[in-house]
Amino acid sequence: MSRVRDFHGKATRMLQRLFSFKGGVKPQTHKTPSVQEPIAIAPLPSRLYVPLHQSIGGAANPLVEVGERVRKGQVIGGADAWLSAAAHASTSGTVLAIEEHLAAHPSGLPTLSVVIEPDGRDEWVERTPLDHRSLPPEQVREALRDAGVVGLGGAVFPSHAKLTTAAGVAVEELVINGAECEPYMSCDDVLMRERAEEIVRGIAIFRDLLAARQVLIGIEDNKPEAVAAMQQAVEQVGEDYQVVAVPTRYPAGGAKQLIRVLTGKEVPASKRSTELGVQCFNVATVYSAYRALAFGEPVISRIVTLAGNLERPRNWEVRLGTPLRDLLALGRPKADTDRYLMGGPMMGFALPSLDAPVVKASNCIIAASPTMFAPSPPEMPCIRCGACAEVCPHELQPFELYWFSRARNFGKTQEYHLFDCIECGCCSYVCPSHIPLVQYFRFAKSEIWSREREKNGADAAKARFELRNAREEREQAEKAARLAKGAAARAAEKQARAVVAVEPATADSAADSAADSAVSVASPPLKPVDAPAPVAAIAPASPAPPEAPAPELDAEAIKKATIVAAMERARAQRAAVQPRNTDQLTVEQKRQLAAVDARRAALQAEELEEAAERGAARASVETPKQVEKQGRTAE
Amino acid sequence: MMDFSTPPYLLQERISVRRVMVQVLLALLPGVAAYVWLIGPGIVVQLVIATLTALAGEALMLGLRRKPLALFLSDGSAIVTAWLIALSFPPLAPWWLIVVGTLLAIVVAKHLYGGLGQNPFNPAMVAFAACIVSFPALMSQWPALGLKLGFLEQLQIIAGLAPRIDVMSGATPLDALKTALKLSDGSIDVPTLLATQEVFGNFAGRGWEWVAGGYLLGGLYLWQRKLISWHAPFGFILGLSLLAAALWAWNPQQFANPLFHLFSGGALLGAFFIVTDPVSGCTTPKGKLIFGLLAGLLAYIIRVFGGFPDGVAFAVLLMNLCVPLIDMYSQPPVFGLKDEP
Repeated sequence: MSRVRDFHGKATRMLQRLFSFKGGVKPQTHKTPSVQEPIAIAPLPSRLYVPLHQSIGGAANPLVEVGERVRKGQVIGGADAWLSAAAHASTSGTVLAIEEHLAAHPSGLPTLSVVIEPDGRDEWVERTPLDHRSLPPEQVREALRDAGVVGLGGAVFPSHAKLTTAAGVAVEELVINGAECEPYMSCDDVLMRERAEEIVRGIAIFRDLLAARQVLIGIEDNKPEAVAAMQQAVEQVGEDYQVVAVPTRYPAGGAKQLIRVLTGKEVPASKRSTELGVQCFNVATVYSAYRALAFGEPVISRIVTLAGNLERPRNWEVRLGTPLRDLLALGRPKADTDRYLMGGPMMGFALPSLDAPVVKASNCIIAASPTMFAPSPPEMPCIRCGACAEVCPHELQPFELYWFSRARNFGKTQEYHLFDCIECGCCSYVCPSHIPLVQYFRFAKSEIWSREREKNGADAAKARFELRNAREEREQAEKAARLAKGAAARAAEKQARAVVAVEPATADSAADSAADSAVSVASPPLKPVDAPAPVAAIAPASPAPPEAPAPELDAEAIKKATIVAAMERARAQRAAVQPRNTDQLTVEQKRQLAAVDARRAALQAEELEEAAERGAARASVETPKQVEKQGRTAE
Repeated sequence: MMDFSTPPYLLQERISVRRVMVQVLLALLPGVAAYVWLIGPGIVVQLVIATLTALAGEALMLGLRRKPLALFLSDGSAIVTAWLIALSFPPLAPWWLIVVGTLLAIVVAKHLYGGLGQNPFNPAMVAFAACIVSFPALMSQWPALGLKLGFLEQLQIIAGLAPRIDVMSGATPLDALKTALKLSDGSIDVPTLLATQEVFGNFAGRGWEWVAGGYLLGGLYLWQRKLISWHAPFGFILGLSLLAAALWAWNPQQFANPLFHLFSGGALLGAFFIVTDPVSGCTTPKGKLIFGLLAGLLAYIIRVFGGFPDGVAFAVLLMNLCVPLIDMYSQPPVFGLKDEP
């Protein structure tokens, strides 16, 4: 059925051919109350708690110190890896602490956060607007990462990491996601109504980086104002983007569903969408990328919908790190509010506490009451009615996955495509037995992940063990070879002595030439302090008894000369090296560097002194090891 | 304020197992009404006996299994099983036969296998099959048509207080046809039988054809409410009618037409209320179709060529055995993976 290309052709849809995805549900949208008033700027709270980990991937490293004064937009957490994004101060003020603070996460676990006391001046850091067209793509991606641009639809996936095309596949369509299918949520709706032009201008960044041929902006048809605003902005800016109203059906705003609806392409879990020549970004993400490049403003705020059981539902532009308690006070929760949800009512979660701050993923906060969201009735056994399979947008068999998850038959869950599940909650929504199916799937996924980690750990340990065994074997073999060689050498020596006894004159001349070559070596590399070089060099050259035959000594001398030359080269290289990647160092790293620099300066001073004493030639060949040793002896 | 509640928080206006079961019971009502009107009010007594027995058996087993009594007793699944048993047993069967059948279904076929959602076989069909094998005479005593008994008389017969008079030991239209064909040994043909014998009505059994029509109506209601999909009933009707039509076309003297077969015995009750049982049936669309189709074929073969008056129960039980296999091989393709082999 899903192969049938549904044609929802209406003149207003700009002749864009639409496809449909299977399944889905139509819950009541409850969006109207929060769009009655325009976006308002939330006031500055008395404290900001900016978590350093606000995206998928590595947590940012703290770059500021307690007591340090920071300015608005200053990087306070540097991206840790390629898949990571920077964190910024959302106003100017003083860093009170860098500590574990409760995060907006269902686990209620704390995360490392920078606590800032605002000074009220809201003073910007120096902002440098960039034109993405005049920069190499790699630099644009880095700029986006360092501006903390992540998917603001809720997934918080670092955007720069989605901006590389798959090898050999041109990006046909760039899908801009303004569908916003979760009930209650309206932050994207108001953003499109009020800031359409910036979104449209921002799209160009993504289009150019991906070299996308076509841009499709998908908006659910229950947001006609947003559709109109976006259409007008597209015309005004003079782009050829298509604004498409898509049928309202949850989860039409899921990236894969919207891609399907607009392009007919189905992206499986095992592939990246660029492999199918398509990529998708949320409108708020596009907006933040535009602010980041065109104005040099990193992501320090976002639009948050306050909805549900409130006197005053509305959309607010909120600084990241604002405690939810302060934010919710603006919405005036009604008396019977018993819990707060972050995200929509289909995929969101109950907040552990209002002490948690607003983060990049906080698209919507819903005040809930028992009358609004009735407690789920007791779970009954599955009767295999298949209602879940009918609504699954990924055409999975959720009840089969449920049986296998329950039985901990994780192999089977993967066979039945557990990892294609997007956790949209449609199955739980229609289940007559009120089984929290998604929770079972999350359980199965995390079990599989942890088992994989364990397995990888065991594999690594096994590899280490085998490597060690191999090394030991090799060392033993080498030792045996050395011993054999030594024995052979001794035998040869005996023979040589016998020869010397017969022909002493020949031996003398050989010793002379050996002494010559030894003297020509400026200085031996080893034991310069305990055993002065000339002595060591001359010692083997003393005529009687000659400890080694002449050719061997020659080879030794050449080896020494080579070592000296290599050390000289290394020294020159060290001197030429400039420090890199030092612009975004953590406080701890800076401290370590300072200590290293101080040590080095002290050693260099000493070295110079000694060089003056012994002469330039000697000093120039000393290795750092020796210098260190000297330093230690000096201490 | 630690909250471990889980999404989705927004739930569909209260759909539940109980609602599903209540809808199924409602869908059975047209058939029951026709039954009472055309066959006799005794069925009401049987429905009550079966319902009470089922609830008692369910309570007993839930108690033994230490399961929440109120929650599971009120889910309605036992009542649906009870009704299906009452409607497939002879209407004037002695009370203890219904009790034995119902207990067999609830205690053995359902709870010994793990209760709601766990039984591999359709409990009502287990009851029917076990009883027809164990008590073939009693299970074949259907009230002869024209036997106009009042409610009290019927009640007395069911309760065993009145003698099981000879006139009531009639047969089902299916049985009547089969017996007549066998006895006549080729001297009489099906069309003549259907036209002359009193037990046959307009196109199937007199009276029974309208009961079957009631089930059809109820089945369509379930389909319209999306409580059942079209696959299994369509498959069943197709399987039964195809074989019936083929044989009828080949030799109309010896084989009844497909319409007769559809509206006789348990065919339509089976098509809409038995093969659609989600617990013991297939779950994938293709699987449901295969399940229904094969059950229909088997039902025809057993009822026409077998020794029992009807074949639906055995066909369904045989197909229940094949469910895991059919489900495994009929998994629909997943989003994004449709081009993969």
